[in-house]
Amino acid sequence: MRILGIETSCDETGVAVYDSQQGLLAHLLYSQVALHAEYGGVVPELASRDHLRKLTPLIQQVLTNSSSHGHIDGVAYTQGPGLIGALLVGASVGRSLAWGWGLPAVGVHHLEGHLLAPMLEENPPAFPFLALLVSGGHTQLIQVDGIGQYTLLGESVDDAAGEAFDKTAKLLGLGYPGGPALAQLAEKGEPGRFVFPRPMTQRPGLNFSFSGLKTAALNTWQKLEQQSDPQAQADIAHAFQTAVIDTLAIKCRRALQQTGLKRLVVAGGVSANQRLREALAELSEGWGAQVYYPRLEFCTDNGAMIAYAGCMRLQQGQQEPLAFRATPRWPLEELNSSQ
Amino acid sequence: MMHILTLDTSTEQCSCALLCGTDIQARSEWAPRRHAELLLPMAEALLAEAGLTPRQLDAVAFGRGPGSFTGLRIACGVAQGVALAADIPALPISSLAALAQAAVQEFDGEQVLAALDARMAEVYWGRFTRNAQGIVEVQDEEHLSLPEAVDLAAFSSSQWLAVGTAWAAYPALAKRVQQASGQVPVLRYSQAEALLPLATTALQQGLGVTAAQALPVYLRNQVTHRI
Repeated sequence: MRILGIETSCDETGVAVYDSQQGLLAHLLYSQVALHAEYGGVVPELASRDHLRKLTPLIQQVLTNSSSHGHIDGVAYTQGPGLIGALLVGASVGRSLAWGWGLPAVGVHHLEGHLLAPMLEENPPAFPFLALLVSGGHTQLIQVDGIGQYTLLGESVDDAAGEAFDKTAKLLGLGYPGGPALAQLAEKGEPGRFVFPRPMTQRPGLNFSFSGLKTAALNTWQKLEQQSDPQAQADIAHAFQTAVIDTLAIKCRRALQQTGLKRLVVAGGVSANQRLREALAELSEGWGAQVYYPRLEFCTDNGAMIAYAGCMRLQQGQQEPLAFRATPRWPLEELNSSQ
Repeated sequence: MMHILTLDTSTEQCSCALLCGTDIQARSEWAPRRHAELLLPMAEALLAEAGLTPRQLDAVAFGRGPGSFTGLRIACGVAQGVALAADIPALPISSLAALAQAAVQEFDGEQVLAALDARMAEVYWGRFTRNAQGIVEVQDEEHLSLPEAVDLAAFSSSQWLAVGTAWAAYPALAKRVQQASGQVPVLRYSQAEALLPLATTALQQGLGVTAAQALPVYLRNQVTHRI
């Protein structure tokens, strides 16, 4: 079964072709980051307009690159969660393309795509596994027992980890999206000069809270800003990053303990963070667990994960009617009842 | 026999029409925020009744705007998908021209002001004239402006029609139009059926575009403020 996958939930237009026999055949991504950077955040209307301009040329290119003209068996597109206008572009083009071809279509949950992204790699994890989903939009710990068998163990009660990175970077004057720049700056920071709290680690449970860390960074920065201390910025970045990563690692260990699982999948944009990877490697070694990541380019939004998840869904017989939808808010666990 | 599918979701109205030779079938429904749900089932019903599949279409036309941003993208996205799948040209048709075309056919007029409520205290508008073939053509260009800036002096005769959705939102404009034209402006929403004569003409003139080139015309391009 060969599936065309379309991702337009936020500010990346992603298209890919996945074949259940031959694996991933082609994938392309157009990032709108530069478009939104000058506004300091994603402007939904501009995102929707740009998706509509870029999507069809990308589809044509991916079909050509994978020699798939006339060989597609179904179309998958991200149905949610995400920006409604952006989602509707992918859904309109994807659903009508399938109709025109006389093929089935399926609407994919964006987070299911991220959870299953490591399945595109050479040594994919077996079910069941624990998944840590860390991006600009989400911070969740999920027990995955199979396709569509998800139990949410914990999530952020306020900012997502990636969002906290970007917001803190903005407060420190590192621009937008400044998460990666903050991580880079943290490398130059002096360990231990500042220590920020590890939120919600002192009490039981697997939820996260990151908005307080952002405030801690801001307060420290404001106290030092006038003192022309060039080292302060890097030291704050270091303290912030260390606090976020420690918190993520503490909750991962707790979740592995609680579930008894021995496989940990880490996905989402923040999973590219090198210090996070080191912390989780150390943790898994001590725990006798194995950590799985998608390749770096599939840590962030992409069409490949949507093509893969869509293929799994279509093989299970799931299909979207001609009445298509975008679901901007869509708890992952709602997928379980649709089995 | 020529087969053209037209789609319009530029306003709260969701509509589809199918031309098969000389026969026209159409579907239309008042459906705020339900365009995604209704558009393809409507199109499928029209094609099924005609015994057609999307691949047997010769072209797909869509209301390219101006109008509701999200609505424009739904019809445009669907038209792109159909054009790509069936390897046929897409025809972007002005929503204002479609309003004017429907008006000259309904009221047998020569000149039309088509105006849509653009929200934010503005209107989308254009002046249209019927040509010898009975097809409307835009005069000057389409505009986005304050209702006070809608130029009525450019109408050469005192006999002209005004159609669209701008009237209820901007009573002062409605009043000005009535004084200048001697007629009460008519409330109308653009319909896919009215795209057909314009789409047929555009196709004959070789104005079809590829799926990738089929895009909305928003008119309002200032949608945010830089920090």
